[in-house]
Amino acid sequence: MDVRQLAYNVVSLSMLGLGSIARNSTREVIYRYFLHIPRGQSGRNNNGEPAQNDNNNGEPAQNDNNTGCIMNSYTAHHRRVTHSLRGSTPAALRFALFWLSLLLMAGLSSQAFSADLQIRIGYLELIKERPPLLSNVLPEPEDSGLQGARLGLKDNNAGGRFLGQNFELLETRSQQLTELIEQARDWQNEGVELLLLNMDAEALLELAGQFSPDQVLLFNVGSAENALRRGQCLPNLLHTLPSRAMLTDALAQWMKAKRLTDWMLIEGARPEDKAYADSLRRSAKRFGAKIVEQKQWSFDTDLRRSAQREVPLFTQGEDYDAVLVADELGDFGEFLLYNTWLPRPVAGTQGLKPVAWHRVVEQWGAAQLQKRFDKLAGRWMNSHDYAAWAATRSIGEAVASSGTADALSVRRQLLSEQFQLAGFKGRKLSYRSWNGQLRQPIALVQPRALVSQSPQEGFLHPVTELDTLGFDHQESQCRDLLAAANH
Amino acid sequence: MKKITTRTLAPLLLSACLAQMGTAQASIAYVSNEKDDSLSLIDLDSLEVIETIDVGQRPRGITFSKDFSKLYICASDDDTVQIMDTTTHQIIGELPSGEDPEQFSLHPDNRRLYISNEDDALVTVVDAQDATVLAQIDVGVEPEGMAVSPRGDLAINTSETTSMLHWIDTETHELIHNTRVEQRPRHVEFNQDGSRFWASSEIGGTVAVIDVDSKEIIKTLRFEIKGVHPDKVQPVGVKLTDDGKYAFVALGPANHVAVVDAQSFEVLDYLLVGRRVWHMEFDSKQQLLLTTNGISGDVSVIDVDDLKVTKSIKVGRYPWGVAVKP
Repeated sequence: MDVRQLAYNVVSLSMLGLGSIARNSTREVIYRYFLHIPRGQSGRNNNGEPAQNDNNNGEPAQNDNNTGCIMNSYTAHHRRVTHSLRGSTPAALRFALFWLSLLLMAGLSSQAFSADLQIRIGYLELIKERPPLLSNVLPEPEDSGLQGARLGLKDNNAGGRFLGQNFELLETRSQQLTELIEQARDWQNEGVELLLLNMDAEALLELAGQFSPDQVLLFNVGSAENALRRGQCLPNLLHTLPSRAMLTDALAQWMKAKRLTDWMLIEGARPEDKAYADSLRRSAKRFGAKIVEQKQWSFDTDLRRSAQREVPLFTQGEDYDAVLVADELGDFGEFLLYNTWLPRPVAGTQGLKPVAWHRVVEQWGAAQLQKRFDKLAGRWMNSHDYAAWAATRSIGEAVASSGTADALSVRRQLLSEQFQLAGFKGRKLSYRSWNGQLRQPIALVQPRALVSQSPQEGFLHPVTELDTLGFDHQESQCRDLLAAANH
Repeated sequence: MKKITTRTLAPLLLSACLAQMGTAQASIAYVSNEKDDSLSLIDLDSLEVIETIDVGQRPRGITFSKDFSKLYICASDDDTVQIMDTTTHQIIGELPSGEDPEQFSLHPDNRRLYISNEDDALVTVVDAQDATVLAQIDVGVEPEGMAVSPRGDLAINTSETTSMLHWIDTETHELIHNTRVEQRPRHVEFNQDGSRFWASSEIGGTVAVIDVDSKEIIKTLRFEIKGVHPDKVQPVGVKLTDDGKYAFVALGPANHVAVVDAQSFEVLDYLLVGRRVWHMEFDSKQQLLLTTNGISGDVSVIDVDDLKVTKSIKVGRYPWGVAVKP
């Protein structure tokens, strides 16, 4: 019996049961028809339309806890069903239907998992300490990244069920790296070889060092650190989050195209601010911009009250075309806009911002991805979500085309020239074979609109213009991960 | 403004039509303008827009009933398929299409309409005569392309994110087969006798030609245009001439239509059209091919015999679908 034939059996089984994730969509339609839930209301938080919130980050997920170690094996049904029962339905009816659907699922779920190939993906997140910040009015969502992985899982399963492949996501989030390492070891013993890591570079390297390269395949969905792509490459580490260099190159190309080439650079005092500023300096050199003035932000006053008085004085100096800001956590950067001594645009970590993803991206079919994410998470999709989605989908595509799911064969697939991922960015995405970075266009956004997408026209490259962003082969000391995978 | 034009022009046109009764009437192309919520009507003799009609929100796929008395319109953001009377241009009804209908295909029985519901990973089958839902079929993520075989026994749906072609038995409304193709399949087109179909992969940059009986991909077409990066060659619409001679493939942001020998599968030429070309339709004699160019907001006219672009016609914003009434 060939794979496809088996797939039909699975499909027909899932037709009977309510097990398969995609069945939920049908259920949702049915609910909507019977209960007259207005369209668009079903998958959202009770707080309503995220897009109309002034809070650009939408709502943090309701059931995520910021402390301690959280473990659960996520199956999309539960969340999805609860959501589809919200809205204008009477509470009692909602309650009854909810339990009814849970009972149905419990009874039939065994059928749902009768797939030929079970692929388990681990998600490990080191929960960050958040220092007190000045721009704290609009908090970051606490489940950045995780929700993207969940959406990627749903997308994988929607296709996987036709091929007899079932994907599962195991999730562990902790403030303790040691707990995450222990978890990764346990998983690896149980045969979980594909891991998404949402953590800083240092933690990532420490965790990666626990395994030999052929044991696990790691996806960096949390660190933009340049060193991981330039010198500290690991043969089994791929990056779906753009490096800082890709972001700042994307911005520098646009600045060059707009002839805004004299920069005042303002950087914060934190190590990540310095890293972003260094990356800006590199991009300036690369694309012919000049940093005419550099300043370190060291104020300890509350700028929310005094920006109008302090910032103009602080930004006096040589004539500049633009102010470039390196303030990754958002301490002071927001207050530079409209307060600079010369009336100039602000760009970088605030103002015009290069990102992997943002809610305002809607071209190239992105509107559909945004809608699906919104339905699942009840908030806007951000760059970390996109990176986790892209990592999960990469696994899905590799397994769908090869039918194998071990770490080494997935790695070979992803690094091969044939690999392509449709990532809603207007062109196919692939991995750089020298450092494992996912090539991708970078969006330049302001809070309510897409301004541009880099690479800009005219920045040429012998292979692909996407490689004008970040570390090209010659600039990276890392060498041929594909050859390493095929050793 | 548009409304006024329609209302004032309609009686005039009607009387003009009546006056011309007995003489040959020009055929008319209907073009859906996705971002204007309207249809542009092009007279295929004069090749000019003669009327603009307001319809539901975000009109995309459009298709005629087999007798051309009705036009079905996917009004995606209204979650409905509208039915327009083609003599009065009034919306005379709606079909329960499911959410976000994008593309559809009418069965040769002139009743069953197969509709892709992009947001719900479903294909909805509607009886267009009594407006009832006959079936809903689970498919992959973001179903889009939809075609029913001229033989009537098979419908093919493409799911963009799952990169699959789903084979639907039109008797049982069950999936009988799935074919994985390159990334983001957008459109399916059967040949005249239903023995083969062509499926485009937008991000993959390829078109697969598939044999219906063996269910095998017999050819994967690739395209190469001088001066255009391969990543920007993104095939969407496909049209085949009835004589089996040519296939035309719209290449999206590459702004070209590829002309392919439908027998040898050799790419014969690339014709420069407007920006972001997606869908196409022949006039009834297959002498002209019209293309919808989303970004430039126009329709290019290709002379099928000469394989030359002869004209471009300004329509509304983001023209998407096109259908021709003889």
